[in-house]
Amino acid sequence: MLRVSGLTCDYGPVRALSGVDLELGEGQITAVLGANGAGKTTLLRTLSGLVRPTQGSIQFEGHELTRLRVEQIVSLGLVHVPEGRGVIAELTVEENLRLGALVRGGDGGSLADAYALFPPLERRRRQAAASLSGGERQMLSLARALLAKPRLLLLDEPSLGLAPKVVAELMATVKELAAQQRIAVLLVEQNARSALSIADRAVVLHLGKVVAKASAAELLADQGLLHHYLGY
Amino acid sequence: MTQFINLTLNGISNGAIYGIVALALVLIWRATRIVNFAQGAMLMLTTYLSSAMISGGAPYWVAVIGAVGCGLVIGAIVELVLIRRVENGPPLNAVIVTLGLLIFIEALAGMIWSSTPRSYPAAFSLQGYKVGSTTILFSPNDTFIVGMVAVVAALLGLLFTRTNLGLRLRAAAFAPEVARLLGVKVGRMFTLGWALAAGIGALAGVLVAPSTFLGPHTFDPILIFAFAAAVLGGLDSPLGALVGGLVVGLVLSYVSGYEGEALAPLAALAVLLLTLMARPTGLFSAAKERRV
Repeated sequence: MLRVSGLTCDYGPVRALSGVDLELGEGQITAVLGANGAGKTTLLRTLSGLVRPTQGSIQFEGHELTRLRVEQIVSLGLVHVPEGRGVIAELTVEENLRLGALVRGGDGGSLADAYALFPPLERRRRQAAASLSGGERQMLSLARALLAKPRLLLLDEPSLGLAPKVVAELMATVKELAAQQRIAVLLVEQNARSALSIADRAVVLHLGKVVAKASAAELLADQGLLHHYLGY
Repeated sequence: MTQFINLTLNGISNGAIYGIVALALVLIWRATRIVNFAQGAMLMLTTYLSSAMISGGAPYWVAVIGAVGCGLVIGAIVELVLIRRVENGPPLNAVIVTLGLLIFIEALAGMIWSSTPRSYPAAFSLQGYKVGSTTILFSPNDTFIVGMVAVVAALLGLLFTRTNLGLRLRAAAFAPEVARLLGVKVGRMFTLGWALAAGIGALAGVLVAPSTFLGPHTFDPILIFAFAAAVLGGLDSPLGALVGGLVVGLVLSYVSGYEGEALAPLAALAVLLLTLMARPTGLFSAAKERRV
């Protein structure tokens, strides 16, 4: 469903991505691992159109994304949950969710489904999103993304700043969603172990280049690679 | 006592005008984080256009609607042509652009319509109501002004809180990048924000012109008072702008009534200064420390 080839991206004189190739299948979870500055976030931002690539192509279900604007890309079903969760703190929980449902015009999911999946959000639906805890914010941004009926979900560091128990629950939810709704997930994580615990496949980025592609199980077994690029 | 009541009523009527101009400033600030110093000049221009329509034989109400229409169009054009280029630059660039626009529009109006102030008709009588044998300083036209401001404020409130368009406008203002990721056409929302603000400003212009007359510079003080009101209210709070407008209107009315009209601009600056010293975020600002 997603085929990235030769993707290269520059910030002025700095090359952030260099010839990245990537393929994703429906319902598959792919972890993108790497140290700080490896280009993980840039990869997601390029896919969702926030950053324009210098070279390369991104084919998503028959559309060439490099020619489309951010708003058009999201309406095709490629939904990016940015780092820091992208919750709009000044709006209420419900308003954040309504924005998600508006992405697909009238065809978005219903707020009731979102509340069924994440009950704590319903109790706080009239409160400003600023009042939510880190875990609740992550729920909100995930619920909001799901209302946009994603075919491909880009998650940038969802575990950042969350307690281990909350991370485990979150990862389980993502896995369940991918399997049930056939959503492909590109999961960017510094927390390699928790990402690999639910991923089918993984790519490792180092200084903007893909240095390893493997199944999650293979990667977990490869102590040398984990140590070299991820510091385990 | 009669004087106090009169000054209070006068303050409410003026305050409604300051409040609605402050509301226009707040709308633009929320959308693009720019203080629009040309707000006063823009509403002067639309009032002149409206006045030209009346001279051309248009009925008063058509000219009022015409002014608001011109405001919407001018606001959108200003955003698309000028502001779009400086939105992502340093804040000072935007300040210079709106100041330049202020000078340009005032000079242009002077060239076209001369700098001699002219009169502008009022919707209703400017003669104060009679209570018993005394005439109070509040006329049917003041009732109209306060009523119109209340109606516009209520409609805007409904737009922002009850409609999908309002939700998109707020999302674009608070978090442009996140809004884009949720499919909001942020550029279009900014244009719309400027258009709305200029349209509201245009309404303020035709409401206030009967009592201030209409000249290239007659609305300069109103911008200053409205700015004080907006800062008092918290610069990003529409409700704060209206309340701030009323407070500034009342303060100025008491000061000029009891101490002399010449002190009014000083009083506005004092309000501004006190707000910035005592409560820099204003009375109603939503700006809190953001946890991310």
